[in-house]
Amino acid sequence: MTSIEKLKMRDALMQSIRAFFHSEGFVEVETPIRMKTPCMELHIDAEPSGDRWLRTSPELYHKKLLAQGAEKIFEIGKCFRQGERGDRHNPEYTMLEWYRAGGNYNNMLADTQNLINSVRGWAGDWDVMTVADVYEKFAGWNPVENFNADRFDFDMVEKIEPNLPKDVPVILKDYPAECCALARLMPDNPKVAERWELYLGGIEIANAYSELTDPVEQRARFEKWGAQRKALGKTVYPIDEEFLHCLGDLPPSGGCALGIDRLLMALTGLDHLDDILCFRD
Amino acid sequence: MYDVSELKKGLKIELDGQPCIITDFQFSKPGKGQAIYRCKLKNLSTGSTFEKSYRSGDKVDKANLESRTFTFSYHNGDDFVFSDNESFEEIHLTAEQLGKNQYFIVEEMEVDILFHKEKALDISLPTFIEKIITETEPGARGNTASNNVQKPAKIDNGYEFSVPIFINEGDVVRIDTRTGEYADRVSKA
Repeated sequence: MTSIEKLKMRDALMQSIRAFFHSEGFVEVETPIRMKTPCMELHIDAEPSGDRWLRTSPELYHKKLLAQGAEKIFEIGKCFRQGERGDRHNPEYTMLEWYRAGGNYNNMLADTQNLINSVRGWAGDWDVMTVADVYEKFAGWNPVENFNADRFDFDMVEKIEPNLPKDVPVILKDYPAECCALARLMPDNPKVAERWELYLGGIEIANAYSELTDPVEQRARFEKWGAQRKALGKTVYPIDEEFLHCLGDLPPSGGCALGIDRLLMALTGLDHLDDILCFRD
Repeated sequence: MYDVSELKKGLKIELDGQPCIITDFQFSKPGKGQAIYRCKLKNLSTGSTFEKSYRSGDKVDKANLESRTFTFSYHNGDDFVFSDNESFEEIHLTAEQLGKNQYFIVEEMEVDILFHKEKALDISLPTFIEKIITETEPGARGNTASNNVQKPAKIDNGYEFSVPIFINEGDVVRIDTRTGEYADRVSKA
């Protein structure tokens, strides 16, 4: 594809995504790209920008909006992650992120199925599997019962992802509590985080949560990741106190982040970002 | 030492005392997990291939390789004897070690030999050599401009390859030592 053909394809996808969310009653929002402090996660590194940081995701601002009463919001914009470069990674990439006040990860799955089916132009079966089941099946152990971070990540790349069906959308759901990120734990089973990931054609496309709304638990997680980052020699970001303060007003919510560049790869069957992007970092 | 973030296709590294080259490289970062660098590797000493994954922060040794320039001096039975351009030290390489390269080594030729801890791993020849065609069927008359039709030909050491149909015995041709194929004609008999 020429650059113009790539941009026309992207434009058509953007139009259908915006049409989908507007028809569902969502409001498109804009939030800052430069942040006073980025969201602290163990393995996501933010790009410095003067005395600010480039956002790794709009998540914290969207939750601040929900806490102020926003109900259904979405945003499409550039996010930045330091050092992520490969066939399926670019340090600068386009993210679609949306939230539903009053929702949970099941509502986000229904949204995602409707969205993907509408942009692909047909409805087909989806394969929904728990993380525990796919690890039992393809790696021979259960990470929900006995978690091991290194083994979990290596097996995901070497044994799980290569074996996922490529002809249907695949949802891996119910991650070990240790991989909770900003998701809440299942009320009746705290070993499991209410989180899922979508794979299309074997490529990881989207990540969704029932959002954690407990400021005490959230602070404990930020502090734990900060300590782990320090031990790894990574930058420890200041905790966003304004965000923690807002969490007390956050209603139960569902949120989902979806990579637009990878969605274009999946829709076209192309397996390298170079085939989709006009300019690489 | 390399940091894993420096790894890329074509890089030579040392693993368990063995020199290896990275033949394929993939950056992965599953979900909220750590970065994983998946490598396909080839052992430069044995030729065997395998896969290995690294995570961010891992360190990898640089391959302990050294390249030295030698000049071909003489044959000793089936061996080819080269002398080091600086130390004049001799090294014997067998025809088996040289593989197809054995047919392209000519008197006084300078070659680069790659060593891993004093063991010769690989030899780099000049890209082109000139050789006289000693054996080939006469070309079809009236079709001398065609490059498309090929026929077999031999050089003095018995190496057989394909040449265009207009090449005759006694012609001098250039051979690409990387592929072992005919490149062009230098002069006619």
